[in-house]
Amino acid sequence: MAVIKKSLVWICYLLGLLALPQFFDSVLAISIFNQMAIAIVFALSYNMLLGQGGMLSFGHAVYFGLGGFLAVHALVMIEFEILSFSIIWIPLVGGFIGLLAALFIGTFSTHKAGTVFAMISLGIGELIAASSLIFVSFFGGEAGISGDRTFGPSFFGIEWFQNLEIYYLAVAWVFIATLFMYFFTLTPAGKMANAVRDNPERAEFIGYSARRVRYITFCAAGFFAGVAGGLFALNYEFITEENLNAATSGRVLLSAYIGGLGYFIGPIIGAVVLTLMNSLLSNYSDLWMLYLGIMFLLTVLFLPRGFAGFIMMHQMVWAQGKIKSLVLPYLLTGVPSFIFVIASVGLIELSHTDEAEFNYLGLNFDSTTAIDFILISIAVLAALFCIRKSLPQLRAAWESANEISDDDEKEAQS
Amino acid sequence: MLEVFIFATLNGLVTGLLLFMLASGLTLIFSMMGVLNFAHASFYMLGAYFAYSISLHFGFWTGLIFAPIIVGVLGALVERYGLRRVHQHGHVAELVFTFGLAFLIEEAVQFFWGADTKNYQSPDLLDFPLFTLFGQEFPAYRGFMIGISITIFISLYYVLTKSRIGIIIQAALTHPHTVSNLGHNVPLIFMGVFGVGTALAGVAGVMAGPVLTTFPGMAVVLGSIVFVIVVIGGLGSLAGAFIASILIGLLQSYAIASDVGMPDLLNLLGIEFSRDHPFTDLWTLTLPQIAPILPFLLLVLVLIFRPTGLMGKREQ
Repeated sequence: MAVIKKSLVWICYLLGLLALPQFFDSVLAISIFNQMAIAIVFALSYNMLLGQGGMLSFGHAVYFGLGGFLAVHALVMIEFEILSFSIIWIPLVGGFIGLLAALFIGTFSTHKAGTVFAMISLGIGELIAASSLIFVSFFGGEAGISGDRTFGPSFFGIEWFQNLEIYYLAVAWVFIATLFMYFFTLTPAGKMANAVRDNPERAEFIGYSARRVRYITFCAAGFFAGVAGGLFALNYEFITEENLNAATSGRVLLSAYIGGLGYFIGPIIGAVVLTLMNSLLSNYSDLWMLYLGIMFLLTVLFLPRGFAGFIMMHQMVWAQGKIKSLVLPYLLTGVPSFIFVIASVGLIELSHTDEAEFNYLGLNFDSTTAIDFILISIAVLAALFCIRKSLPQLRAAWESANEISDDDEKEAQS
Repeated sequence: MLEVFIFATLNGLVTGLLLFMLASGLTLIFSMMGVLNFAHASFYMLGAYFAYSISLHFGFWTGLIFAPIIVGVLGALVERYGLRRVHQHGHVAELVFTFGLAFLIEEAVQFFWGADTKNYQSPDLLDFPLFTLFGQEFPAYRGFMIGISITIFISLYYVLTKSRIGIIIQAALTHPHTVSNLGHNVPLIFMGVFGVGTALAGVAGVMAGPVLTTFPGMAVVLGSIVFVIVVIGGLGSLAGAFIASILIGLLQSYAIASDVGMPDLLNLLGIEFSRDHPFTDLWTLTLPQIAPILPFLLLVLVLIFRPTGLMGKREQ
């Protein structure tokens, strides 16, 4: 039964991915979907490392970037007929390079988890990013290198001119990669990775080398990061130093963390949310990175298990059928919170704008006089007051919903 | 040759002492909370920006005094309402929190001050050459930087080892529960140390702003190097951090000042090389070119061969 249920989820995932362009078929939408596909694989590989293996990395973009660079080089070689294979295998080239890099770097970086690993990953990341600007013939300097995906043996007559064709190719790879990463969590190696993350000492006592377990996880994560890099190369047909530097490493950490580490679905949520923010929000406001930073800090402070963790918190309440009792308290806190966010964003944007007439959510504000500032500030403070007032009753409702009543206990005992 | 060497040494010392001002705070905070503060260099940047804003109205010297105080108060608030809250979720959460904070501060600085470089000037009072050597002038401001850094370290060392409060801090680092049982407010001590650590970073920012330019990327430029220093020196060791700061400062300064490279090495060994070889970048590599990556190379080597750093304690 459970197997059927799980396969159903996977089939829905695949069908959902395939059906997306049917609903949104603009050029912009397709390019966003492609970015999402890449981000999902990359974030999942990061989750493998941090969520599953407990290794906090500040240099995961190295494997993504190296895979991408080699993939673009492979595209160039196909163009000049040095190599001859269909470009559908390019992500595999990227993955292979990511794996090779991880095989080498892992030999000395997986010795310890925690701070030492984080520092080595940071050092390696900076080292490779700085070297990429020095070795111009391979990395192309600041301009990067570019290729052309339309050469090579054709694949059932598809020429890969359009982004939509690449999207379907990416879907195939994303699905396969997701499936394999999920299978990895079920293997003994995947389970041991969890054990080593939680308590390396105990894992050593029952006869496992914590270092080797970490090494295996690290290499697998490097491989899938490389696959994501290969997908990036196929989608954009160019790659620059920016794709392997600390900023990219930071972004993948953000997306995996916001989505929820440790839950398989978490990084997928995070990757989707971040891509949407990146591509949609950036059209409306050049402050979107500020909002991202605030959102990230709030997540770390209040939702340490991310969005996925927040959803999973309700599992027990759901199972007990008490979710209804939470609807009203959630609304009472949620509505003022929503107003608070909207009004705060309005205040930030209003104080940042250069224009005298400022349009926000269909309302016109005048940024030259103080009166509009005061009005929005009052809205912010009022919403904050409502949140503070309604929070205790939400907490009480949450506790009573999570309480296991005497009847339930008796049922469980009998 | 000698003049290049002397000036490289002096500049290396200035950089090294500046780095140590950041590294000392970072090390203190690390030994206190067991977490590397990713946002430390961001407080350094905040110091420079606050000092710039203050100097526009009240001059450089007021900024030198008040900017670090503002930064220190901000740091204490971050500890009280941020880090202390995240602490219960473990070290990874703390590290991620400070990482996010660094990200946010960079964006916030761009929000409040804009993305352009600020024209933050050193004071006119120090706008003269301190001495002239081989026809080259050494600015008095750099001498002032050396002086201030050394004064701060001597007083810091004195407070930490000789005064009563320093002894309580040292005890709280190693035995927080015992100190708490003796009736001291340990969380308050931690908050204070965090505030002073960030204020030190603020001082470094105030002084470095005019020399290293005040722009939103200045935290990133120095941030990872400060990390390198703390790790190379040995986590939690002030003396190690001092040696590593000077070492890195001199290393980078010498590497930039030198003009040797792979071609010289190959010539010395008598190896012929052609210009259009696939590895031509490798053959033409020069030392100034690789100066920015030297600290990271050192970091990786130290972590592989001596994970405890130069002066770090042996692990339990």
